[in-house]
Amino acid sequence: MSPASGPRVGLFVTCLVDAMRPQIAFATLHLLEEAGCIVEVPQKQTCCGQPAWNSGDNRDAAALARQVIAAFEPYDYLVAPSGSCAGTIAHYPELLGEDPVWGPRASALAAKTHEVLSFLVDVLGHVPTGQRLEASATYHDSCSGLRELGVHDQPRRLLAAVDGLELRPLEGDNVCCGFGGTFCIKYPAISNAIVGEKAAAIEATGADLLLAGDLGCLMNMAGKLNRNGSKVRCFHTVEILAGGGDGPAIGEPQ
Amino acid sequence: MTVADQPSFKARADAALADRTLKTAIERTTGTAERKRAAALSTFPEFEAARSRGKAIKDHVIANLDHYLETFERNAVASGARVHWAATDEEARDIVVRLCIEAGAKRVTRSKSMLGEEIGLPQALADAGIERVETDLAEHIIQLAGEHPSHIIWPAMHRTREQVAELFKADHVPAPDAEDPASMVQSARRVLREKFLSADVGISGANFLIADTGATCTVTNEGNAELTTTPPRVHIVTAGIEKLVPSTAHAFALLRLLVRSATGGELTQYTTFHCGPKRSGDADGPEEMHIVLVDNGRSTMIADEFREMLRCIRCGACMNHCVVYRQIGGHAYGGTYPGPMGAALTPVLDGLARSRDLAFACTMNGRCAEVCPVKIPLPTLLRAWRVRSWNDGLEKGVASAAVGAWAAVARRPGLYRLVSGAGVGILRLIGTTGWIKSLPFVGGWTKYRDLPAPSGGTFMARYKAERGKEAAK
Ligand code: SF4
Repeated sequence: MSPASGPRVGLFVTCLVDAMRPQIAFATLHLLEEAGCIVEVPQKQTCCGQPAWNSGDNRDAAALARQVIAAFEPYDYLVAPSGSCAGTIAHYPELLGEDPVWGPRASALAAKTHEVLSFLVDVLGHVPTGQRLEASATYHDSCSGLRELGVHDQPRRLLAAVDGLELRPLEGDNVCCGFGGTFCIKYPAISNAIVGEKAAAIEATGADLLLAGDLGCLMNMAGKLNRNGSKVRCFHTVEILAGGGDGPAIGEPQ
Repeated sequence: MTVADQPSFKARADAALADRTLKTAIERTTGTAERKRAAALSTFPEFEAARSRGKAIKDHVIANLDHYLETFERNAVASGARVHWAATDEEARDIVVRLCIEAGAKRVTRSKSMLGEEIGLPQALADAGIERVETDLAEHIIQLAGEHPSHIIWPAMHRTREQVAELFKADHVPAPDAEDPASMVQSARRVLREKFLSADVGISGANFLIADTGATCTVTNEGNAELTTTPPRVHIVTAGIEKLVPSTAHAFALLRLLVRSATGGELTQYTTFHCGPKRSGDADGPEEMHIVLVDNGRSTMIADEFREMLRCIRCGACMNHCVVYRQIGGHAYGGTYPGPMGAALTPVLDGLARSRDLAFACTMNGRCAEVCPVKIPLPTLLRAWRVRSWNDGLEKGVASAAVGAWAAVARRPGLYRLVSGAGVGILRLIGTTGWIKSLPFVGGWTKYRDLPAPSGGTFMARYKAERGKEAAK
């Protein structure tokens, strides 16, 4: 696929990546361009509306959904470095389905929305090669990506192509880390108990790195690991795939 | 039991989190259940097809509930049983207590039934001065402890073996050997057997109501349902109206799902069909059989999205696979039914205002729906409660106010860029080491974990700057 003829992709940065860890979006941009996509970053984007959606605030969620639809419907695809945000966009038809104008537009956008790792493998058939990282890593399957979008084998395939990277199985890799968006703020003690077990399982692998596909979950697990004094370093999977594995991990000074 | 007059959900959850023995007990039971279910499914390749069939059977019955209720009643009456209708929990209790009094009952035996808990039967019997003997081993344990079930399959799962030994030591004469589970089971069997044979009335629930035969079906692993329903002169069944299935074959289709999902077995030790009272020529059986069909909110659920909850076959898989349940156990939920299915049902039974926390105390990870043998979309239902709670103005906390304020900014991309840029700048000033150890407003986060500081300026600002440079080249 030559760059000029590749699909036009609107990069949905996600509010968390925008504010907390821009290198995830740069890595995503890089991987998509390397795969031949024409990538643009629509300026009218902010957030997919998940905090409102998860709080039961349908009015605000719908307003943000309309904003995302308007900003991204010109593109062939919407791609996000997050299963959770892509999953929320997949719910837009439920939110706007009754609306004769926005309902069909919501369905059209949902149909062309993808999480980046599965987009690379399933849609583009592109597995980046030529990366090298001498390290051991373990992978946590973030829940929305895993259960709503079927992201499971794709990250493992992509990571297997990184030379020198040893992937170690994580006990309970399909069990929630306790983040849950507003859940971790509303019920912090329960969230802490859950992430405490997750951190112990991560430590038990003895891996150098923890990888996942969602920054919310990663911040939760990284924050707990750091509080526990752990040496495990946490990255979004795209950072490793784009050659960022020797840069600062989540929470390390730049 | 209702959630009224209890400490708040958070207080109950905190108490549960602080109880390490409880955690041990929960892990033993749910961990074993999870492993056994996985093993059972690995040898049941047609599970997905069976799930679809199970869902279709239940959906069909719920869509034609009137028809099947009438068919069931007609056939049950033809078999000699008497059918009673209870619109509410109160009506259901009153009917059962009246039947016990009419039977002159001093002592009733009961085999495990969550519906009995839902309608408050144990308390109603006590209030009527009728001795109640719980015949299920786990129910016997919680009766001794004066507690309510904490799990719909293993009511006493919150108690460790060691704690059960203490309870038996205090109650059983002679006390069993606390080191030997077999001796404890033997002891319970001895204590309960004496009572089985002297009960005037036996009360059971039903896993299925079979419309075309008028029979009720119970499954147990201890055989206690059979001993509860056969020797006494009167047998009373209490069952929710959603337990109906068209025929015995349909019950078996659902049993394949129920047992594997609950215990990982292929069948329970005992699967019994009760069809009418003792007939002439029968060797044993009750002289009277009464079936109390309980609505208690179910027919209102048919009209809305909670209709899907009426498929529930009470297997417990959703709670066994729930990260929240596995931390706080069943009692913290505060209603009759705990875990994900309880969080979806309790607002129907006890009212949303008193149980609104349950829908929010969920990470929406979706594992419950993934394991549910009748494909109930539990997270979708919990979100439906969140929407109702939000729309009813029940969400008054700081976190909810913050969501509204944040959404107002996020709807204005220009303003949002300014606010996020400023926010990132402030966080970077606080977190110069890379980590923020404590921060007001998100104290719930930083009490337990560190917050990574933003790694640089916002992506949107940096992207604009970089692309601007490229364009200028
Ligand atoms: S909701 Fe599903 S998984 Fe949970 S108890 Fe009911 S049938 Fe079982």
